Amino acid sequence: MDNNTKLPLISDDGCATCPAHHAANLKKLGVDMENFDYVVALAGNPNVGKSTVFNALTGLRQHTGNWPGKTVSRAEGGFSYRDANYKLVDLPGAYSLLATSVDEEVARNFILFGQPDVTLVVVDASRLERNLNLVLQILEITDRVVVCLNLMDEAERHGLEVDDRRLARDLGVPVVPASARYGRGLEELLAAVHEVATGAIKGKPYRIQSEPPEFKKAVKELEEMVTKVFPDLPNARWLALRLLDGDEDMINAVQSGEINSLAQGMLEGSV
Amino acid sequence: MSVNTHDLLVTAHELRARVGSEFHQNLVEAIYTDAAMIADRSVHRSGAAKRFDLDRTIDTIVTSKIFGFPLMILLFTLVFWITISGANVPSAWLASVLIGKIHPMLKALSSQIGLVWWLDGLLIDGMYLATAWVVSVMLPPMAIFFPLFTLLEDFGYLPRVAFNMDNIFKKSGAHGKQSLSMMMGFGCNAAGVVATRIIDSPRERLIAILTNNFALCNGRWPTQILIASLFIGALAPAHLAGMVSALAVVGMAMLGVGLTFATNWWLSRTVLRGEVSTFSLELPPYRPPRVWQTIYTSLIDRTISVLWRALVFAVPAGAVIWLVSNIQISGISLAGHIVNFLDPLAVLMGLNGIILLAYIVAIPANEIVIPTVLMLTALLTGATHVGAGAGVMFELESGAATLALLKSGGWTLLTAVNLMLFSLVHNPCSTTIYTIYKETGSKRWTALATLMPVAMGFTLTFLVAQIWRLLAGVGG
Repeated sequence: MDNNTKLPLISDDGCATCPAHHAANLKKLGVDMENFDYVVALAGNPNVGKSTVFNALTGLRQHTGNWPGKTVSRAEGGFSYRDANYKLVDLPGAYSLLATSVDEEVARNFILFGQPDVTLVVVDASRLERNLNLVLQILEITDRVVVCLNLMDEAERHGLEVDDRRLARDLGVPVVPASARYGRGLEELLAAVHEVATGAIKGKPYRIQSEPPEFKKAVKELEEMVTKVFPDLPNARWLALRLLDGDEDMINAVQSGEINSLAQGMLEGSV
Repeated sequence: MSVNTHDLLVTAHELRARVGSEFHQNLVEAIYTDAAMIADRSVHRSGAAKRFDLDRTIDTIVTSKIFGFPLMILLFTLVFWITISGANVPSAWLASVLIGKIHPMLKALSSQIGLVWWLDGLLIDGMYLATAWVVSVMLPPMAIFFPLFTLLEDFGYLPRVAFNMDNIFKKSGAHGKQSLSMMMGFGCNAAGVVATRIIDSPRERLIAILTNNFALCNGRWPTQILIASLFIGALAPAHLAGMVSALAVVGMAMLGVGLTFATNWWLSRTVLRGEVSTFSLELPPYRPPRVWQTIYTSLIDRTISVLWRALVFAVPAGAVIWLVSNIQISGISLAGHIVNFLDPLAVLMGLNGIILLAYIVAIPANEIVIPTVLMLTALLTGATHVGAGAGVMFELESGAATLALLKSGGWTLLTAVNLMLFSLVHNPCSTTIYTIYKETGSKRWTALATLMPVAMGFTLTFLVAQIWRLLAGVGG
């Protein structure tokens, strides 16, 4: 392993994590969706190469194109890695999860209600700041996140150096540099997804912290109340944020009890 | 449970009132501040960022008010010119093998095993030849056009085209993103209709669906290309013929874009009135396309799948053509009866009955219009020296022979121009109609999407024919 491919936060158990060792483990399954063990959601801003990552992992050929909004519906595929079968769901590109468009709503609902085992967020390394807006919002919902720092080749051409280990430490989840178009970093990506899926890595996700004090107090108060009502809900703070923002969908979900079934892990894959 | 969901919502409501209306603003700002801080810590800029400037320079040229449109037309003309001039040789070669060699072999084989004449005709002269024709005429242009188009797409040019046209779309009362679904329509209208999902507003999405048919799809490119090279390219000196044909095809495509705007304008002022919504279109960075991979995947995915669809429809169509040409009622073939019936209307439109019949046969797939036209023309003008008899689809050895045959069928430059126009403006193929029904879930909108272009096609060709005849001083 050289420095570029070294994964942050991954327990190093020698030969087993060496990429060459696992090349053979990657068996592309195409659309064979029977008997999968884990669900991985693929999220990211528009035009960062989600479909390219999707194709590279599943061996499917969803048409990719260099324009935002190319993927208009949800695509699904599968792959297997280290004796586990994964279902990969390609979500439409979104800039945020505050649900102002149908695309954002589809992505948000899947991550929230679909409860994927891993949410793989593809980000454009050459436009990191803008892409992080989405990452931070996803981290509020789930700690089972892997960030794929894609388009590293483009960032290099632009004269940018991205310190993926620093980023991983700040975000509290694994960050894998990659150039999916050239197949670079995919082995490491699979390893990270696997570790998060199996629970070998537990993320300590970054929480948004630049809010004004008044805001923080209100969120904290409501979060405590959410925790009392839904003790099993993994993302109480996020729900508090949405309720304070007056998100109609979330208010309805609380009223109808949908949130409750979410907390008990009853809901699966309903979008 | 000591606290219930009702209490929770009430508290949320009270707290919301307390933190005020700035909550959303504060939340977004907090996210942006944190993202900027984290990005700043892990991104280092080294050396001069040359690529940014290059991107910007290219953008100022390709989206400039002065050069944007001419460049766009130039680029597309170039693509068609390469397609037209590159496809001739492989097309002729495929035809000579599939039709010149394999067809006689099959005929010999069938007479050896003593196949009944009608089965021999139906299978070999109908189905096989229809298939062979579609392969030889469609495969080479598609194998050149699709990779070129995909390269432009991968490079990042198409969003710039959308950017150039965004303003006109808005002025015509439609959504700027319609330019993207229109771009998809240039490949396949069914795909274009699905692509309208990127438009959020239902009103603007319907407009985009109803007008997608005016984007010339790949089933119609071969017709345009063939007729343009035979009739319009022939008007120019030989060394310019290829370029003139390409320009004629681009002209037709541009007319389609013009009709899209006109129809948008009309729809948004009558049946689909409403406000234009705004959106932001992000121009993606230019990315060097992965040339070989692009050629490979566009050949395997697009070309083969489109060709497959054409074949699936060509086989039964070949059978239908053979049947209507060989079933006789009071001494005249069924095809003859239908053509005679359609002729008066067709002549008013500057076409002929054969062309209209071909368009009926070709509702499942526009790709087979030209083979059907040629076969019926040969049959009904009694040109028995070409082709192998009634109802046989054939490839004429050279453009000159095709031209001679069409002229013997009474074709003029007007027929050619109006055929190109009608090919651009008529009902969508059955796959697209079905897709429109699935996407809109409404029989009414599907009917409008189907019938509106037919009516427009009739009107347009009628007007052109009348004006043409008036100017040329020749009566009907």
